[in-house]
Amino acid sequence: MKKEKIRIGCGAGFSGDRIEPALVLAEQGELDYLVLECLAERTIALAQKRKLQDATKGYDPLLEKRIKSLLPLLVKNQIKLITNMGAANPLAAAQKVIEIAQELQLPIKVAAVTGDDAKQWVKNSSTHFTILENGQALNDYEVISINAYMGVEGILEALEYDAQVIITGRVSDPSLFVAPMVHEFGWQIDDFDLLGKGTVIGHLLECAGHITGGYFAEPIMKPIEGLENLGHPFADIYADGSAIISKVKGTGGKITLQTAKEQLLYEVINPHEYYTPDVIADFTTVKLEEIGENQIWVTGGTGKTKPSTYKASVGYKAFYLGEGEISYAGFNAVGRAKLAGEVLSQRLKPQFEAFRIDYIGLNSIFREEFSAKMKVEESYLPEVRLRVSGKATTAREASLIGEEVEALYTNGPAAGGGVRKNVNEVIGIVSILVDRNLLKANVDILSA
Amino acid sequence: MKLYEIAHSRAGDKGNTLTLSLIPFKESDYELLCTHITAQKVQQHLQGIVEGEIIRYELPNISSLLFVCQQALLGGVTTSLAIDTHGKTLSYALLEMEI
Repeated sequence: MKKEKIRIGCGAGFSGDRIEPALVLAEQGELDYLVLECLAERTIALAQKRKLQDATKGYDPLLEKRIKSLLPLLVKNQIKLITNMGAANPLAAAQKVIEIAQELQLPIKVAAVTGDDAKQWVKNSSTHFTILENGQALNDYEVISINAYMGVEGILEALEYDAQVIITGRVSDPSLFVAPMVHEFGWQIDDFDLLGKGTVIGHLLECAGHITGGYFAEPIMKPIEGLENLGHPFADIYADGSAIISKVKGTGGKITLQTAKEQLLYEVINPHEYYTPDVIADFTTVKLEEIGENQIWVTGGTGKTKPSTYKASVGYKAFYLGEGEISYAGFNAVGRAKLAGEVLSQRLKPQFEAFRIDYIGLNSIFREEFSAKMKVEESYLPEVRLRVSGKATTAREASLIGEEVEALYTNGPAAGGGVRKNVNEVIGIVSILVDRNLLKANVDILSA
Repeated sequence: MKLYEIAHSRAGDKGNTLTLSLIPFKESDYELLCTHITAQKVQQHLQGIVEGEIIRYELPNISSLLFVCQQALLGGVTTSLAIDTHGKTLSYALLEMEI
């Protein structure tokens, strides 16, 4: 029987998101589905590295913690979970969920959705791949991972099998939400108008706290109460593709026209053509209306066709980042910080392919030219922090930056303090396009 | 008057591209923003931050503008040396604009 209305909650908007808003949704949200969106662009490349070191790893590091606390509530309230916490290893993640379910004596079915890992396929292909961002050849990169953004297909199959927990690798974020709509409402996979509407709803929900006042608050012009107890959103979605977005009563934050508009336009490159693997959606026909406290009615949004290619994220070894920081305060703090910057430039700059100096408190964020326009009297700054960073090809070279900053303790300007130093291996991300007919979603069902 | 007195904004990123929404607190101020906050003026205002072209999209359906700024993130989210690699803070650079 096809439904007329379903309720989907979004309990996480990135891998490091808070855990308890999802518990509140599962406990009090009267949900049909809970989505946890936990996979940023770079997250999957880092996960791939963990998988190479240990074949049973490579899924989201918080998976166990999230699932252990959520699973009893999901089973009790008959909520299906859809999440991309599988990262580079959805199958191992599904096995871990089964292990947890067995410990808790909860008989469930778990689906692992794979097929997004395109690394081997690209390696074996005779096609010449070009990097979208810069036109360079893929062959010039030391590739760690290649994962295509997949659409609803794999999740739909898992829903057909009636899995209670569905764990994917790389899937476009809105697809995590569109799949249950297609499944429950019996939408056709080529009804692009409905898929466009569903994508709008998914996009509004996918960053979780973004639409409930998180990352929105500013105490003077945009005050939001209860950020310490921020509720995450859910939507009542109707078979015609309209929805009411709301949150659990008593949670912090606020859903208003303003929070909904900020999220609708978030990371949109062209509002006439918002690309996902399922549809090219048009956001310029979306209507938002505040119909009650914390209630936004979403209608409209359209769609036309779907892209003939999948976009795939390529994670590659980029460089080692070396960083060092030191603070100055009081009389002529900026002058002393700048003297330290000059000293470090002379000693370090020639040895690094890219080298950067920031004065935190002065120009590290809006950059030098723009910050200068804001006309702060430098001599009035009570303190400033020098940050030096550079790109190196080895960790040893990168560590030189922190060492040189530390050496300012005895060789630099007066009264520098609070040195911190850091070396990080940086994974870069670029994109390629792959023929969508050559990658197929794959579903494994495991039972506890 | 500064933009932050009548409008709000959120920054987003894709590679080396920065997106900045501009949403008036009062929908009746939308026309004012359309008239005065042109792509060209934003380009001037964000000099030193945005190096590439800026495209402005009008969304009368939600009374909002969207600025898509090329070459704005010092090479891009994953490989820039900047502290705020995503440019998440840059919405408040736009809101510093005089209107």
